[in-house]
Amino acid sequence: MPPNTYHNMSDLFANWQLLSFSDGGWGWRMLGGFWSTIQIAVGAYVLGLTIGLFGALGKLHGSTITRWLLEIYTTLIRAVPELVLILLLYYAGTGAINSLLDAMGHPPIDISGLVAGIAVLGIVQGAYATEVIRGAIRAVPRGQIEAAQAFGMSSITTLRRVTIPAMIPHAIPGLANLWLIVAKDTALLAVVGFSELALVTRQAAGVTHAYWVFFLAAGALYLSLTLFSNLLFKRLEKHARRGQPELS
Amino acid sequence: MVWSWIPEYLPKFMDGLLVTLQLLSLSIIFGMLFAIPIGLVQVTGPRWLAIIARGFCTVVRGTPLLIQLWLLYYGLGSLFPSIPGIRESFMWPILREAFPFALLAFTISVAGYEGEIMRGAFKSVPKGELEAARAFGMSRFTVLRRIWLPRAFQNVLPTLAGEFVLTLKATPLAATITVFEVYGIGSIVRQETYRIYEPLLFVAGIYIVLTGIIVVFFRWLEQRVPQPV
Repeated sequence: MPPNTYHNMSDLFANWQLLSFSDGGWGWRMLGGFWSTIQIAVGAYVLGLTIGLFGALGKLHGSTITRWLLEIYTTLIRAVPELVLILLLYYAGTGAINSLLDAMGHPPIDISGLVAGIAVLGIVQGAYATEVIRGAIRAVPRGQIEAAQAFGMSSITTLRRVTIPAMIPHAIPGLANLWLIVAKDTALLAVVGFSELALVTRQAAGVTHAYWVFFLAAGALYLSLTLFSNLLFKRLEKHARRGQPELS
Repeated sequence: MVWSWIPEYLPKFMDGLLVTLQLLSLSIIFGMLFAIPIGLVQVTGPRWLAIIARGFCTVVRGTPLLIQLWLLYYGLGSLFPSIPGIRESFMWPILREAFPFALLAFTISVAGYEGEIMRGAFKSVPKGELEAARAFGMSRFTVLRRIWLPRAFQNVLPTLAGEFVLTLKATPLAATITVFEVYGIGSIVRQETYRIYEPLLFVAGIYIVLTGIIVVFFRWLEQRVPQPV
């Protein structure tokens, strides 16, 4: 049973001033947590896209061993709950780095929560992004890539000038979805004690017992982020699909 | 790597597995029951109902499940005791547990995500089939029962396996409100044995096996359901 209880129904929402930005209000701390959330989400998303692009190319053009390893990576990551992965990668990652430093004779370092969060969520995102981008690249008509090669473009130039621009319209819906997932997955970092929006909210609610006020406020912040990015991705998709027939 | 703790904790893990499976199956069943009307009213319902359903899906899909879970558990949970006489009522033993809150949060989540999918599924059934059914003199409800719903289900079947896996992977969140499913048991082992990796790897292994079972089961199910030509 939750620890604290209201004695009076009217107490429920009488605590909005707890969100104020003056002394004793949690406003700045909530916004600070929100800012950390956005930073981690953007960092992890960019890292995930990078892993995804190389992962997709590796899956499509790599050697048998590369393809095999990538298949294990994407299958395992997508089958294990994010919360378990975050803990495993967090402990294993920081442990591995520190034992490596130890072996080289350096003292152990304290890895910042921001970097660890970005790395962990980025590796998870990478597995999903690999599949999205692989599917998008395969949707590019073969002839376009062959035409680029026939013009004498090197494989890097083909990738930069033809494959990537042509696959982007196919990839955007999936990648937009991944952005929404990573923005929401940042809340899981609260479990390893990284102070982003979810953890700040939980602390604020725990101290003040104004559960409704803080969880609703946090929900509104997350919702504003997702709604705003939805608009952005819609415009992006429209831009990327210009000249192509409308989707029904 | 030390694995000698497994025999001692295996019965606990079996209990945890049961909790995980209950949470998964019940939230999917209840969630789907809500998802059908939520999807349907967005396609055919009156405007105000469609707007409410749409808003529900947007809010559920736009906020982290962890926040929804905590809002329900801490927020709603702190509200109940203030209702006079509730401690004496027959509902009290249920409201005191954490599991119903987890089940409620997961059901809402499944209803939100699946409601959006059902909307697309209802929409993608060809209009001609529904008109043909009406022309045969079926009532609107019979059309829904005999044609629209089965055809919509045919459309969502390939996505259902993914939904099951997503919900399975969300169940560890319940551990944050003291529901001891597989992951929660793993945390207990971690605290009691001071091993970090082994319990986590063991738990990860359980989820991989469960995911595999879900994927294989739905592949089998998809082959059994006749596909439209």
